[in-house]
Amino acid sequence: MASAAAYDPYATSGAARRTTVKVLIYMILALFAGYYLLPLVVIILNSFRELEEISRDGLIAIPKSFSLQYWPSAWSTFCVGGTCEGIAPNFWNSLYMTVPATIISTALGAINGYILSKWRFPGANVIFGAVTIGVFLPAQMVLLPWAFVLGQLNLTNTIAGLVFVHTIQGLSFTTLFCRNYYISIPDDLIKAARIDGAGFWRIFYKIILPISPPILIVTVVWQFTGIWNEFLFGVVFSSGSQQPITAALIALTTSGTSVREYNVEAAAVLIAALPPLLIYFFGGRYFVRGLTQGAIK
Amino acid sequence: MTALASPAPQRRSGWQSFRDRLSNITPQMVLFPSLVLSFVYIFVFSGWTFYISLSNSSLLPSYDFVGFEHYASLWQNRRWNVAYRNLFLFGTLYVAGCMFVGLLMAILIDQRIRGESVWRTIYLYPLAVSFVVTGTVWTWLFNPTSGLEIFVQGLGWESFAFGWIIDRNLAIYTVVITGIWHSSGFAMVLFLAGLRSVDQDLVKAAQIDGAGLVRIYTKILLPAIGPIFLAVLVILLQFAIKTFDLVLALTVGGPGIATTMPAIVVYDFMFQRGQIAEGAAAAIMILLALTVIVVPYAFYAIWRRQREAANG
Repeated sequence: MASAAAYDPYATSGAARRTTVKVLIYMILALFAGYYLLPLVVIILNSFRELEEISRDGLIAIPKSFSLQYWPSAWSTFCVGGTCEGIAPNFWNSLYMTVPATIISTALGAINGYILSKWRFPGANVIFGAVTIGVFLPAQMVLLPWAFVLGQLNLTNTIAGLVFVHTIQGLSFTTLFCRNYYISIPDDLIKAARIDGAGFWRIFYKIILPISPPILIVTVVWQFTGIWNEFLFGVVFSSGSQQPITAALIALTTSGTSVREYNVEAAAVLIAALPPLLIYFFGGRYFVRGLTQGAIK
Repeated sequence: MTALASPAPQRRSGWQSFRDRLSNITPQMVLFPSLVLSFVYIFVFSGWTFYISLSNSSLLPSYDFVGFEHYASLWQNRRWNVAYRNLFLFGTLYVAGCMFVGLLMAILIDQRIRGESVWRTIYLYPLAVSFVVTGTVWTWLFNPTSGLEIFVQGLGWESFAFGWIIDRNLAIYTVVITGIWHSSGFAMVLFLAGLRSVDQDLVKAAQIDGAGLVRIYTKILLPAIGPIFLAVLVILLQFAIKTFDLVLALTVGGPGIATTMPAIVVYDFMFQRGQIAEGAAAAIMILLALTVIVVPYAFYAIWRRQREAANG
């Protein structure tokens, strides 16, 4: 080959081409980063701008005014559907709904997963397959029966009712995740413990739980995000001051009676988005792990 | 423990054997309550909704059987037909868009770029944001009097018009753009994980043979992540079929009913119009659509796992 003669020109043009390609890559990445970040930046900036300025310049503009008053207003004094207590009651509703539902469904999912992987009995796989159907079942299929059951239990329009629905609903998902994690733990470990006389609960506490943190964190992150962000059950099974924050946000931003108070609404939107976002930014590793595990297995 | 257990043998046939048998079925007993609840939720609830779809229920459940009457009237309902067409248009563009953008991002991020985790974090964060928040923010950006239109006009292009969201023929595309914003990071993460899991020796061998980057991707990397394409496709199709709150927050199904979706029609029938039998029939149609997609995929996944197990 004429590599010696061609060495200099080809190498330089190759390097130049590589640089061009790199620049092009970064430009495309930046373009898409703009698409993804635009809503977040716009909403953050507008939660501090004066309404007059927003209606004059639009939402996408360099801020000329700055005020911290819209956040407290969105939190505790803004009117949502007749009551003027801000979004705070709904924020607490969401928290009181999400935390117990996440913990209970994860705990039960871990135990179920442990049984379906390590204490298999005839038909265990069929039962597991049947339970996972719940992951795909559309919520519309169970709305009416849930409304009926909650009515019978006197739990209509209560946080406890929503906790109940989300816990049962979440069982399929948490059982699926935990079972698929525990199935990879060698059975010999369990057998050895049983020969030593350890029983069902002892093995769970001494062997299974200590190696569970990775899967439990993934499950908690996903359950928390999913339940916090859920809207349909919230809007169907609760109303007014009992609504979780997603349902209240829709009531707040689609009440087309008065002038859009973009700044206060932007602050309310951010308050609603904040808990899952914080979990994502601090637990992103587990978020991604849950994604890849859930999708590929 | 052993010291306490030692005097037991002489009474073994009574209390001890009962205890043994009890501890043998402990797993099943612990599993039983949550299993019953799950089964009731999945099968009894679904069965009940199916029965309601065959009954003459209106505002309240009734158990008089009328057969598939409500399915027939559902398919003659204009709202349902609009929703159904919207689902096909939205689903196709949303799934294709997410997969294209996701693959492009994954390939670009795979080129040993700087600050990879920062880019990844930016592309994936929308998935942690609820559909309600997503729809609310984008409806402001699409609104001609507050969002992108007035922004571009402010840059000097005074005749610029961007009123898709108030145009009944174009509003569906604002749902597509918003949906892609929300879910393409999901596709990106899975594609990237797939690209990284391909055996690097294959890539090196191809490089030694003189294959360029394009050939390495089209001949080696992309075929190798075929199963991931399928997984992403199935999950995104599920998202599309279940689309509800995104559209409600973005367009409220409008203008008119231009962007309504099957899941919204179910909600309208059940809770706004008091036609729960039609609503149940529509819910069954959604379940059918999901079944057509998920069941073949589940069989494929089981088949693939068994083949892998057989091949060691």
